[in-house]
Amino acid sequence: MSEKKNERVGVYVCHCGSNIAGVVDVVDVAKWAQEKLGPQGVIIAREYKFMCSSLGQELIQKDIKELGLTRIVVAACSPHLHEKTFRTAAKNAGLNPYLVELASIREQVSWVHTDKAVATAKSKAVVSGAVSRVIENVALDEIKVPINPNTLIVGGGIAGIQSALEIANAGFHVYLVEREPSIGGHMAQFDKTFPTLDCSACILTPRMVEAGTHPNITLLTWSEVVKVTGFVGNFNVTIKKKARFVNEELCTGCGICQEKCPKKVIDEVYEAGLGYRKAVYTPFAQAVPNFPVMDKENCTYFIKGTCKACEKFCPTGAIDFKQEDQLINIDVGNIVLATGYDLFDARRVSNYGYGRLPNVFTSLEFERLSNAAGPTSGNIVLRDGKTAPKSVGIIHCVGSRDKNFNNYCSVICCMQGLKFAHLVHERTGATVYNFYIDMRTAYKAYDEFYQRVLEEGTLFVRGKVAEVTNAARYESEKGKLVIQVEDTLVGKQRRIPVDMVILSSGLQPRHDAKEVGKLFGISCSMDGWFTEKHPKLDPVATMTEGIYIVGCAQGPKDIPSSVAQGAAASARVLDKILQKEVALEPIKASVDQEMCSGCRICNGLCPFNAITFLEDRMVTEINPALCQGCGTCVAACPAGAISGTGFSNEQIIAQIDGLLLRNLEIQEAVPA
Amino acid sequence: MNPKPKFAMYWAASCGGCEIAVLNIHEKILDVDANFEVVFWPVAMDAKYKDVEAMEDGSILLTLFNGGIRNDENEHIAKLLRQKSKILVAFGSCACEGCIPGLANLSPVGEIVHTAFNTLTTDNPHEIYPRTTFDVPEGELHIPKLSKVLRPLDQVVDVDYYMPGCPPESHQIAAVIDLVIDVLHGKANLPPKGATIGVGNSTVCDECPRTRNIKFIKEFKRIQDIAPVDPNLCLLEQGIPCNGPATRSGCNSRCPNAGAQCIGCYGPAEGVMDYGARLITAFSSVIDANTPAEIEHILDGIPDPTGQVYRFNLAGSLLKASQDAWKVK
Amino acid sequence: MTDKIFEPTIIGFTCNWCSYRASDLAGTARMKYAPNVRLIRMMCSGRLDPTFVLRALSGGADGVMITGCHPGECHYIEQNYKALRRFLLLRRVLAGLGIEPERVKLVWASAAEGARFASETTAFVEEIRKLGPLNWGKPVAQLENLQEEISKLEEVSA
Repeated sequence: MSEKKNERVGVYVCHCGSNIAGVVDVVDVAKWAQEKLGPQGVIIAREYKFMCSSLGQELIQKDIKELGLTRIVVAACSPHLHEKTFRTAAKNAGLNPYLVELASIREQVSWVHTDKAVATAKSKAVVSGAVSRVIENVALDEIKVPINPNTLIVGGGIAGIQSALEIANAGFHVYLVEREPSIGGHMAQFDKTFPTLDCSACILTPRMVEAGTHPNITLLTWSEVVKVTGFVGNFNVTIKKKARFVNEELCTGCGICQEKCPKKVIDEVYEAGLGYRKAVYTPFAQAVPNFPVMDKENCTYFIKGTCKACEKFCPTGAIDFKQEDQLINIDVGNIVLATGYDLFDARRVSNYGYGRLPNVFTSLEFERLSNAAGPTSGNIVLRDGKTAPKSVGIIHCVGSRDKNFNNYCSVICCMQGLKFAHLVHERTGATVYNFYIDMRTAYKAYDEFYQRVLEEGTLFVRGKVAEVTNAARYESEKGKLVIQVEDTLVGKQRRIPVDMVILSSGLQPRHDAKEVGKLFGISCSMDGWFTEKHPKLDPVATMTEGIYIVGCAQGPKDIPSSVAQGAAASARVLDKILQKEVALEPIKASVDQEMCSGCRICNGLCPFNAITFLEDRMVTEINPALCQGCGTCVAACPAGAISGTGFSNEQIIAQIDGLLLRNLEIQEAVPA
Repeated sequence: MNPKPKFAMYWAASCGGCEIAVLNIHEKILDVDANFEVVFWPVAMDAKYKDVEAMEDGSILLTLFNGGIRNDENEHIAKLLRQKSKILVAFGSCACEGCIPGLANLSPVGEIVHTAFNTLTTDNPHEIYPRTTFDVPEGELHIPKLSKVLRPLDQVVDVDYYMPGCPPESHQIAAVIDLVIDVLHGKANLPPKGATIGVGNSTVCDECPRTRNIKFIKEFKRIQDIAPVDPNLCLLEQGIPCNGPATRSGCNSRCPNAGAQCIGCYGPAEGVMDYGARLITAFSSVIDANTPAEIEHILDGIPDPTGQVYRFNLAGSLLKASQDAWKVK
Repeated sequence: MTDKIFEPTIIGFTCNWCSYRASDLAGTARMKYAPNVRLIRMMCSGRLDPTFVLRALSGGADGVMITGCHPGECHYIEQNYKALRRFLLLRRVLAGLGIEPERVKLVWASAAEGARFASETTAFVEEIRKLGPLNWGKPVAQLENLQEEISKLEEVSA
């Protein structure tokens, strides 16, 4: 289809040692390219052992200079590995880097096919496709945009706080947005942290205070992000600061309003449903910021129009029932998502009886029981609030490693279960059983902790618990919770009566993770965790430049890993900020406004809001800065008025023709 | 005085509408007569094929060839007129992309003949079918042989210009005649060879006055199932599959202005390789559903998708015909 | 010629973020699969213009495989849904032209699913092998004998 253009194409076929040459006859492919694709414009076709080596690259550069090559095809490994290498080599020899195409004959041919003749024939077709395509390539230039040095961090848990502090300490401004009234996240709910048994609040609160008072951090709690537009270096974010009904300028955090408020509400969030708070409340004593919020749905004034006790008693007149939600608009260059996790809803495992049998507790509920500042003042007691258990069963892998619920391992539940065992021993002297499938205690001092808990006399049963029931079969089971389990190490079914069952529940993505992902333009995996750019080498970056994911938002992990990821994202953000500008790939769509009929079919197709309709001229326009280069609008335009650089119609059609060898004057019988 | 340049118009597999459209330029036909010598125009004058054969090569300045190539007579005359003409224009949708006769490409030709001679309204108890040759005492009679599929003009001969439309609008024909006359008088240049003329440079939506919004199509309906049709709103947004977005402008969006959906007679926009593909992508991209079940349900609202997207443009498309029609058995 | 096994030629469209990476993963893991598919990399399955499929089928391909990210996982958020919608309408139009809908297949594969990419490719090749060559684009032949064409009508479907 492509007319014979006067391009001068160089084809370079890599042996890649024996990775390619062991299966594909690379000499033959090069010879074939020179001969058969010569009429199309192939001036020279070479083969070389390692094209990515400096000698290999110099081959290309020499030919560009001496033979006046205008297009390059390198038949080698996947473009994801070395496209940049060869583009840079061409650029250094004076050829626009976008006039270079890679043809993969390794991952797509030599590594996956065994028949040498067939692999060689397929390589020829692949090279033919690349040659036809590259002739249609046009020279493109990277687009450089400046970077806004401010950063948005969404989520004020330990990962978000770490990230915020690192960037703020480097001298750049951070907006830390948190949905709850206080930062701290789940870590603020825990009692002790494994394996050191540090008091969670003791290690967390200094960081919280630092973040709350840092001159470079703007704390926006009781707030949510509602809109994001823009691209790396230039995001515009709209944040809804929900009304606290408390004037932050006047509030001193004295707590009188909480004290005087007559309305008690079950605290489902911080106290995991085990304790009360008031209608006007701070979630916990060390909350940062220390301004309370009013729960409109439970406040007597908002329901009936009476009370107003808080207003009466507030010494500074900080209560403001008329306060409204505020929309705040900020510009940032980078965004870090540290939105954390939700706990698996143990009610779904109906055979464990959570929600039905009173003395079955989830992990978060237990943390609150155990916490000295919790609803039972740190006493580990049954649901009646007073009886101490004499025997406790701790069940691992609740909702995790289970095809019926979540297939993955939640990473922290084994250590958590051991921690609970230790605390129960310490506080109550009860007999403790841990029911596990595997013991996952991999990191520093973790296995030593396991051994310690073993030595403390915890009884371990290897088996997935079948049922927790209060239906007693024997006298000894009356009034108890019976754990029915197969003890796989002895090969027997066991019924173990206990007073209290603790479920080491798994971690889940936040219930609105998908919506949040969409808001920021990132995707979630099939399990619902945010998708990282590369699971091994790039776990904090996402496919969207400028957006990072840290902590449990990326996948279940412990506190040290969350902290490390928070710091890692900060390093990436600082890296960008210090470069002052970012180069965007010039793969963009654009509208020929002469041809555009204003049908608006493309208008609804862009998730990045790059497509706008100009009402005055009745044509569509695409913003190249917002365009991410997906090409959907290019393919959709019924008038063919939208073209896309890098993957144009001409390039792709030429590649189809080339792959099918329609470009040859004489059709060679290429098998398969 | 220089002899007037020669003009010819011929109809191959067509309906005659293009001829009527030319005559519809009313008094302008006198300009044609004033500036040209009409040497061959079967509908309007008596002339024989051997008269054309006798002409010098390239001696006819302008030939408007309408109709598709369906049989060997069409092919013969197409080649003949190419030989004898300087400028050969594929005139009308049949010659450009096959038009309605091109829909025959959906069936094997044997079946077409069988249907025409044997079913529905024809009683043919003795199963008599036409033969292409027959001996009579006076000699051998021939009727043209049908080809397997209908082809547009440019799949048979080299074409200089394309004028799409079913028929091309008379005001466009008039504009082209004016252009050619200007060229004759040295006042204008011919467009580059291969150009599509008598058209706008966008699609029908460009000329359509209806309001259009961002589209979220929840269902497709046939226009007769909607009452009343909103005269001011885009037809596609009302669920009527209007081909306007993919169809070349130039007709002043005649049909949407009259309250009917565009059916695509002006063919594709400039540079488009396959008209049907543009409609497939346009209609489907704006369907407001994400699961296969929902999408299929919405697509059920277009009972004949092949006909919907290829009504006028099948023969000129990438696939050209159905597999049954042309497969070498 | 008759005892030669038919080797289909298939054009495969992949998206840069998921399915192309899946094919790379299949390569890195040295998984073996049928060699009949020649891949084209696009940034997104949403780039798929039905023209490409028609060009491939009319140009000598016996089948077309369209691949992309799983619904909900598109790197560009939701563009693979557009590819799905186009695929479904395209298939109907092709069916109207007598092209078996099984000749064009849509496969979702994430970057981690190298094995799946390989197995789906091999499976598709076998499906096409069973359907036989498409052989589109043969020159149009003149009919010599109309009577013969009509007499073949028993075999021709309406």
